[in-house]
Amino acid sequence: MSKQQWPLYEVFIRSKAGLSHKHVGSVHAADAQMALDNARDVYTRRMEGVSLWVVEANAITASEPEDKAAWFEPAENKVYRHPTFYEIPDEVKGL
Amino acid sequence: MSALFDAVLRLADSNLILGQRLSEWCAKGPQMEEDVALTNVALDLIGHANLLLGYAAEIEGKGQDADQLAFLRDGDKFHNLLLVEQPNGDYAHTIARQLFFDAWANAWYAQMAQSSDQRLAEIAARALKETRYHWRHSTQWALRLGDGTEESHQRMQAAIDALWMFTGELFADDEVDVEMAEQGIMPLPSSLAPQWNTAISAVLEEATLSMPGDQWMQSGGKQGRHTEHLGYILAEMQFLPRAYPGAAW
Repeated sequence: MSKQQWPLYEVFIRSKAGLSHKHVGSVHAADAQMALDNARDVYTRRMEGVSLWVVEANAITASEPEDKAAWFEPAENKVYRHPTFYEIPDEVKGL
Repeated sequence: MSALFDAVLRLADSNLILGQRLSEWCAKGPQMEEDVALTNVALDLIGHANLLLGYAAEIEGKGQDADQLAFLRDGDKFHNLLLVEQPNGDYAHTIARQLFFDAWANAWYAQMAQSSDQRLAEIAARALKETRYHWRHSTQWALRLGDGTEESHQRMQAAIDALWMFTGELFADDEVDVEMAEQGIMPLPSSLAPQWNTAISAVLEEATLSMPGDQWMQSGGKQGRHTEHLGYILAEMQFLPRAYPGAAW
């Protein structure tokens, strides 16, 4: 068995038509085509989806965990950003 | 025994033995993802074998079921193609064997899906969806290994050359085949050769591999005459149900 690992690809599955693709995990593969095949074999064995995306993991730019406070906590005390201050007219259905 | 029973058993056995062979790779694959991919193929093939053996048992009408046909028959009663009992070898050998088989299975099931036997037509339609994916998998690997490094190319070519002598049997007709074809139940093996040759030569060419020329072809598996490898497969596959009859979990 080779000691050298293939690159990592992140796997996204659309569970049914109309829903968005959701991240489900990752696979190793030599290239994108193989990643797609591997994702099919590893993540869709139990009818999990109807469409697959794979993205090379190092193509994803992620926020830094240490930025969490500066990035996300300011939103906590801005309740006015939620649309909860509106009276909903009785005539509006389905909200 | 009827020709239909023999014919169904041949197809069932080829699936069963190849599925068993591939499952030897389980937990030993070259990469975790590929390990899962190959054992998926193994399970698909055992699934096809299960459907076919179940039907064969009904045709036989002696009260046996698919498990009894799989686990309580001796080697000379197995009618699989010689190709599928050949050892896994290195990964190139496993892929070459699979490439040859998948191209044959695609052609076979595409035609059997039109069978005058409703049950076989349904089994073929289901199997075809899976073997088309198997073909995609084996093709991808043949291309990568053939057109890969110097060593992978040389190993892939060696595997193609070594297994070539077992490909003649895929297209050799005997009286059972002729009877099945005349009744529109199964394809005539020899009629599938052009399609198979086209598919295989296209892949080999793209993989920068050369197609072996005409040579002596081994046969006999369909009639129950096997290479020395089958006995070892059966010993492993059949040990448990024979040692512990009726064992369940």
